[in-house]
Amino acid sequence: MHPLAWWSWALGLTVAASRTPSVPALGLIVIATLLVATLARGDGPRGRALPGFVVLAAVVVALRLTFYVVVGIKTPGTVVLDLPAVPMPAWAVGVQLFGPVTTAGLGTAAVGGLRLAALVLCVGAAGVLTSAARTLRTLPAALHELGTAVVIAVNVAPALVAAATRVRKAQRLRGLPARGLRAVPATVVPVLNDALEQSLALAASMDSRGFAGTRGRRDARVVPLLLGALLAVAVGLYGVLDPSTPPWSGPGLLALGAACGLLGSVLAGRLVTRTSFRREVWGTQASVVAMAGLGAAVLVTVAGPGPGAVATLGALAVAPLLVSLPRSGRSAA
Amino acid sequence: MIRLEGVSVTYPGAAEPTLRSVDLNVAEGELCLVVGPTGAGKTTLLRAVCGLVPHFSGGLLEGSVTVAGRDTRTHRPRDLADVVGVVLQDPAQGFVADTVEDELVYAMEQLGLSPGVMRTRVEETLDLLGLVDVRHAPVRDLSGGEQQRVAIGAVLTAHPRILVLDEPTSALDPAAAEDVLAALTRLVHDLGMTVLVAEHRLERVVQYADRIVTVAADGSVRSGPAAQMMRESVVAPPIVELGRIAGWDPLPMSVRDARRSAGPLRGRLLAAVAPVARQAPRLTAQLTASGLHVRYPRSWAVRGVDLEVRGGEVTALMGRNGAGKSSLLWALSGAGRRSAGRVLLADGSDPAALGPAQARRRVALVPQNPLDLLYLSTVGAECRAADSQAGARAGTTAARLTALAGPLDLASHPRDLSEGQRLALVLAIQLSADATVLLLDEPTRGLDYDAKRRLAGLLAQHARAGGAVLLSSHDVEFVAECADRVVVLAGGEVVADGSAREVLTASPTFAPQVAKVLHPIELLTVAQVSAALAVTA
Repeated sequence: MHPLAWWSWALGLTVAASRTPSVPALGLIVIATLLVATLARGDGPRGRALPGFVVLAAVVVALRLTFYVVVGIKTPGTVVLDLPAVPMPAWAVGVQLFGPVTTAGLGTAAVGGLRLAALVLCVGAAGVLTSAARTLRTLPAALHELGTAVVIAVNVAPALVAAATRVRKAQRLRGLPARGLRAVPATVVPVLNDALEQSLALAASMDSRGFAGTRGRRDARVVPLLLGALLAVAVGLYGVLDPSTPPWSGPGLLALGAACGLLGSVLAGRLVTRTSFRREVWGTQASVVAMAGLGAAVLVTVAGPGPGAVATLGALAVAPLLVSLPRSGRSAA
Repeated sequence: MIRLEGVSVTYPGAAEPTLRSVDLNVAEGELCLVVGPTGAGKTTLLRAVCGLVPHFSGGLLEGSVTVAGRDTRTHRPRDLADVVGVVLQDPAQGFVADTVEDELVYAMEQLGLSPGVMRTRVEETLDLLGLVDVRHAPVRDLSGGEQQRVAIGAVLTAHPRILVLDEPTSALDPAAAEDVLAALTRLVHDLGMTVLVAEHRLERVVQYADRIVTVAADGSVRSGPAAQMMRESVVAPPIVELGRIAGWDPLPMSVRDARRSAGPLRGRLLAAVAPVARQAPRLTAQLTASGLHVRYPRSWAVRGVDLEVRGGEVTALMGRNGAGKSSLLWALSGAGRRSAGRVLLADGSDPAALGPAQARRRVALVPQNPLDLLYLSTVGAECRAADSQAGARAGTTAARLTALAGPLDLASHPRDLSEGQRLALVLAIQLSADATVLLLDEPTRGLDYDAKRRLAGLLAQHARAGGAVLLSSHDVEFVAECADRVVVLAGGEVVADGSAREVLTASPTFAPQVAKVLHPIELLTVAQVSAALAVTA
């Protein structure tokens, strides 16, 4: 399956999650994302990363609730826990430390947390379902170097964690404490040394395999165009996600960003002699998956929070399962 | 094909050049073996050939290096990518992509080949190196031997005319090493590729080499046809040493050559080595494991191992990559994961229950990567830290280090030491608490013959003093030299356990060269052969 199909689905759900006012819809999105990610993931190291995203989402909800209790604006309502408000100095106007915790306030905080958690899970699901390397290969040739950097970063992070575990185990053999401040230099120094050595080895390997062998001079227009594209896309995304911005700002800026990006990468791509081994094919399955996400986003924008709309949303969110279940236990993705 | 003229390399900040006025000429289609002690400059020579020295490393290169007609002064490594393929030490560090197929196409994509060409070359390479079954697998999930073959394949797809390999078999078990070397000889024989390979374990490669280049400790280089170089070489594989003792001419390079001239020698030895019923001495168990299991989330690493590690002998743990050797050693030390079973020391205590500071007074483990244990900036500081951590008298560790490795500069950085010196330092640190049981995980990786001999002597000394030694190793010749007893693991279970002589001569994979040549006579090392010959004389 084309990796961008999964990303379209995930981003569509992200838009839906951030715009929907309905709590059941949010819950459905969370459940659907988890369901699809669990059932359609492969059995590689990527597939094993899902629990990490779930933990992250739970932490987000917990943090949101904690923030509400500690510094949140305490809305009036049924008081659950009557904490005394700590008086704040005059310059910290508008900030309230502790104070009475109400059901209404807790509910608002929980929904906010759930919304953020849904976003985390959507992006996490896309990350679990697609390979970063393959996604980046669909980028225009000019962005190849950036893509390589991301792939390496994605691969190096687990290697660093593994090295830290290995070193901690080894230090224990020496009778050193495995935790606490005193253990920090004993762990950090070998791990960092290792990481540096590894990155040098990787750079040497890439260099001797012809990396960055571009010919000719860079086009001076490329960098401003790409930066402009990035800015426009960022602001445009904000416009799309936040219902309170003027309706033209989101799609308009997104289109502008896309145009700038396209122009910039065409200009940059003219200098690159690199080719790509595998062309990702956009098939019917990919269309179904992408349309499911897109449909969810459009539905939330145009339809109200009625039970019918919410049910349709849930159905759209899990629709990718129709075409993406791995057949023989191994996912093709 | 490769021509070096008056090449000297001096790294920045170094007082002495690493390579000194090297003249070398490697013809097309030759398999050229680079040998020499650790730290002598083998890697520097290989990196100079592919342009990484000086373009990547810095430093000063005098003279000229010409590869396939291109001068490395004007060509950067990336400009040589289509003629020179390089596989550096530890292939896992050089992987760019996450699956085997993507790794194979990486170099071709950089060179801008068309997708059609890439497709055929990927298929060819997968077949040539026997990687078809793992083509979609993540590179990080592969075994050591497979990773090494992927790394070779990743440079082969660019169709280089020269292949440069730095210690391609050092991390591999004997069978996996055979696979990699078989692939290399196919490249030389079928495709006429020029191969430059550095290797410590001469016994594995010398039979395939056309030319041998020796790099001496002072950085000077000599080269010549393999047979001629072996006649006078200081470092030689056991088979060559055997040939020297027996006075064979020409010197044998392979087991097959040696067996053909070994008839008379076998006759003499058969008379000398009468099969005596050996009574194993009663040794006391220092560490006893029973029903030991180690389980990881996806697999069992160790399954029901019963093992007695006895004082007064050196036991070697052998087996494939991934057979569970490391897991077993870590579980025995008490520091690693143990899912079921019991580990008891001679005094009845369990090392896992003791806590690190107490456990290391009884069991010392030297992990696979000695650098994991070191974190201070000088050797002297490491020694002092070890003394205070172990509660030993000041200077104990430093004195032991001197005994192991000779006098070292205590102000030098542990990472600047040679592999052998590093191992000695970690060994000294780990022994500072006077543990009886010594466990070593793959201690011979990267050691030259001299360092291995010193390590073997040291282990024997520890055993003579009543200590128990258990080490894991792929190095058959080293095990033959130092071990009294061999335990073979497969799939986490003990499949053979007996005296080194019995186990090593029984299995063709684990038999040392001398045993293969002299089969069915049960002699393992050249030293044993000369001792037996001294009896007959």
